[in-house]
Amino acid sequence: MNITEKILAKASGKTTVKPGEIVDGNVDVIMVHDLTGPLAVEAFKKIGVPKVWDNKKVVVILDHQIPAESVTAAELHKTMRKFARDQQLQIYDIGKGGICHQVMPEKGHVLPGTVIVGADSHTCTYGAFGAFATGIGSTEAAAVFATGKIWLKVPEAIRINVEGQFQRYVTPKDLILHVIGKLGAGGAIYKSAEFRGPTIRDMSIAGRMTLCNMTVEMGAKNGIVEPDEKTRQFLEGRTTKMLPSFETLLSDPDAKYEKTEDIDITDLTPQIAYPSSVDNVKPASEMSNITVEQAFIGSCTNGRIEDLRLAAEIMKGKQVKDGVRTLIIPASQEVYMQALKEGLIEIFTNAGALVCGSTCGPCLGGHIGLLAPGETCVSTSNRNFIGRMGSKEANVYLASPATVAASALTGKITDPQQMEAKK
Amino acid sequence: MNVTGNAVKFGDNIDTDVILPGKYLVLIDPHDLAKHAMEGLDPDFPAKAKKGIVVVGGKNFGCGSSREQAPLALKYSGVKCVLAESFARIFFRNAINIGLPVIECKGISAAVDNGDHITVDFEAGTIQDVTNGKSFQVAKLPSFILEILADGGLIEYLRRSMKK
Repeated sequence: MNITEKILAKASGKTTVKPGEIVDGNVDVIMVHDLTGPLAVEAFKKIGVPKVWDNKKVVVILDHQIPAESVTAAELHKTMRKFARDQQLQIYDIGKGGICHQVMPEKGHVLPGTVIVGADSHTCTYGAFGAFATGIGSTEAAAVFATGKIWLKVPEAIRINVEGQFQRYVTPKDLILHVIGKLGAGGAIYKSAEFRGPTIRDMSIAGRMTLCNMTVEMGAKNGIVEPDEKTRQFLEGRTTKMLPSFETLLSDPDAKYEKTEDIDITDLTPQIAYPSSVDNVKPASEMSNITVEQAFIGSCTNGRIEDLRLAAEIMKGKQVKDGVRTLIIPASQEVYMQALKEGLIEIFTNAGALVCGSTCGPCLGGHIGLLAPGETCVSTSNRNFIGRMGSKEANVYLASPATVAASALTGKITDPQQMEAKK
Repeated sequence: MNVTGNAVKFGDNIDTDVILPGKYLVLIDPHDLAKHAMEGLDPDFPAKAKKGIVVVGGKNFGCGSSREQAPLALKYSGVKCVLAESFARIFFRNAINIGLPVIECKGISAAVDNGDHITVDFEAGTIQDVTNGKSFQVAKLPSFILEILADGGLIEYLRRSMKK
């Protein structure tokens, strides 16, 4: 079996499972946030069960519309706070957490070998820690609140073998954009995307999170990386729970895969996803004269300390171009504090960028930094759909933190490698 | 269970941001959501859907955000069923869970024209385009999914099954 099959077999009390088989799995942790939680709370009340199945396994995180930008949003937050209080759930309120997919692993809710569901499509991020994690809707979340179980079809798996070393200013974001461009927006529907190979073993936890985070953009049910020493180091001090033996989670040598993609990143250059589909990917070097009004570095895809360091390295001592609103949003309070200690906030602020408090922000066009008709944004987030970041007549280009930082300085979408070569 | 309605067609990779833009996620009443259904692509959609329609999509219908407000907006605008070449998995589950029937049907988008009269028989797994006479046999949904749809959604299904 591969790692995903092993986790689903264990969760459903079986010794083996096969792709296509429907299993009834025990859920280890469920997460809801301020935009999906209220519908789940309403649905849960209708089921008529007084208490959630296990209050230690339900996590509430306020991150999408925070701080409340409207009375309606404030009411949704109030609903979630009350539910958390009544049910005695762990809640990460404003100022206490940050973006759900960063907070969940930081606070020790994500452990290798577990089944995690979240009422958010980017729940697949947690596969970076060797967990089976997938997004669900609000009604389904309510059903999990009541039962602690979920039916799942065991997915076929795609093995993505990666080797080679990243060139300067080429990042895991460029790799995942390249993979999505190759497989297509529907290229992994219902499937598991398992990242393997020397590049993945050398990759930071932050990079693995970026890869797994965007697997949903090719339709995958989950993205996953086998846990290793780096996983163990990340989790140290974040959880008091016993970790499983990682050996038992590794994909067997004879594990079955529907297909294998071999990727050598030696020659990979910075990549861009053009509007308005995430698989519309081309090298940044082919970009011609695309002026931007907004540059955004943040989100559950690229708001981690490693991303901010890379952006700061490019922006240090420089000024963002007049006419480019540059928003920097650390993925969590922990990331914010670390950036503060390292002097990154000062670098960004001196450069003329606006550093905002940790939130999903402009990524989903709900709150902070929306786009007007005819405007263009270059963004480290994960979606460039029509209307995603505000007006449906605005354009969103997706790129790495290095590319967005370089573009903020020039006012045009810029390949960071070419910018450095010109120095 | 059967549904009938005229077809309203969409292309491939229809994402949940165009089905229901993010700025409306603070709305709670599904009738309010319905006023903005498909706003990203066709602002006249709610008026068309009012009569009771069948949405016909291409590949990867409902991709992107897990927002259940997307299928809710479609259902309450008057969409009786969504037929597509393939669905994004979260949308597929969400639709069933809120009682909006969804069926995967290869070849449907090429065979059906906008406005064609469509009938769907879920138990039999048949889809008919009455206007041009074409018909499709699709894989039947598992019985527990048909039960969820017959009950009107997962919550009603759970209420009934937990009472047993």
